[in-house]
Amino acid sequence: MTQKPLIAAAEAARLVKDGMTVHVGGFLGCGSPERIIAALDAQGTKDLTLVCNDTAVLDLKNGRENGVSVLVKNKRFKRMIVSHIGTNPETQRQMNAGEAVVDLVPQGTLAERIRAAGVGLGGVLTPTGVGTEVEQGKQKLSVGGKDYLLETALPGDIALIKAKKADKAGNLVYSMTARNFNPLMATACAVVVAEVEEIVEIGEIDPDQVHTPSIFVDYLVKA
Amino acid sequence: MEYQENKDIIAKRIALMLKTGDVVNLGIGLPTLVANYVPSDVVVILQSENGLIGLGPAPEKGKENKDLTNAGAQPVTILPGGAFFDSATSFGIIRGGHVDATVLGVLEVDQEGNLANYKIPGKMVPGMGGAMDLVAGSRVVIAATTHFEKSGAAKLKKRCTLPLTAAHEVDYVVTDLGLFHVEKGAFVLKEYFAPYNPEWIKEKTDANVVIAPDCKLFQA
Repeated sequence: MTQKPLIAAAEAARLVKDGMTVHVGGFLGCGSPERIIAALDAQGTKDLTLVCNDTAVLDLKNGRENGVSVLVKNKRFKRMIVSHIGTNPETQRQMNAGEAVVDLVPQGTLAERIRAAGVGLGGVLTPTGVGTEVEQGKQKLSVGGKDYLLETALPGDIALIKAKKADKAGNLVYSMTARNFNPLMATACAVVVAEVEEIVEIGEIDPDQVHTPSIFVDYLVKA
Repeated sequence: MEYQENKDIIAKRIALMLKTGDVVNLGIGLPTLVANYVPSDVVVILQSENGLIGLGPAPEKGKENKDLTNAGAQPVTILPGGAFFDSATSFGIIRGGHVDATVLGVLEVDQEGNLANYKIPGKMVPGMGGAMDLVAGSRVVIAATTHFEKSGAAKLKKRCTLPLTAAHEVDYVVTDLGLFHVEKGAFVLKEYFAPYNPEWIKEKTDANVVIAPDCKLFQA
């Protein structure tokens, strides 16, 4: 197995160019690559499209700030494709002020659209959203007498993900609920950078315990 | 009759609807209270859509783990025999009909089983998160809500006015006045809670409330 380059967070940030579509792992900040996010913010890259479960937690009154919220605060995104913005009021402000476009997607649909991009599917049929605003502008198909919405695949230019452990080949193991969207995003983007807490030698992770196989991962960053 | 808000009775009654072996997703807020009232001889499996089954109680102070949270980002624990998975698997469990019951709060629920709980246009747009999948996919959908809005109007409506979370999916509505089964365009009152009585509940609810022939008082 070949080794994957171990790069600094700032080098990872330089892979992200203005206008790219960036997938960022994490669920309300749990399982987000915090070091790469900080480096990306420092770099000032703009006009990005974010694909993430949510816009994380921005609660300055209680001193809570995590995940992608700093990138939202500093207006790095022109568009955000997420399922939830309720814990980051700045997102709604930018949306209402017309400063950024926010596409709210049901969480399960978001997961499947990312998965579809990673596994060579054009999209998926889901019953979620039938009879709601979510069906607007979408193709509705009846299969076996039940209505489904056609939800299209959502690929990205680069995935910034977080894992607990990697071997030098890039095999990844996630931790508990910090897994969430990370393994899906690892399959759905042209370039994949994994921020990991621990890096071990090739062979030290039992192949049966690998969550994301190394072939999906291009770069490693130490958390 | 004087109305007094009572979230505990809602949680207590819903807890008794659950059976051993049920896979249950509890929403944030009032639905979370249900876990406190599940009888000790009933073992339900709690699912959390951010990626686990076997959700346990909150950890002791100092024992929190940054990688172990519920869907509201609060620190939680996992019980022996639990499991973690990614978001696609989590929603596969939900949409695939493997969740027996989902309990969630509402802004409005109507007699056709429509539910609105994710958006007040122009005011509150937090996003639907996992709610649309949960309501569309769970086998039984239980709406848990105090009966009245602050204005005094019932949250049980003839027809929802807010954007829907899902259409025709609600099976039961449990409020602090009683337990309703949603069927054929009606809220059928199956049980009522003291100190209220069925006629008063019907009168105070601007929707099609039908008092079941076997409607009875539920003693908490």
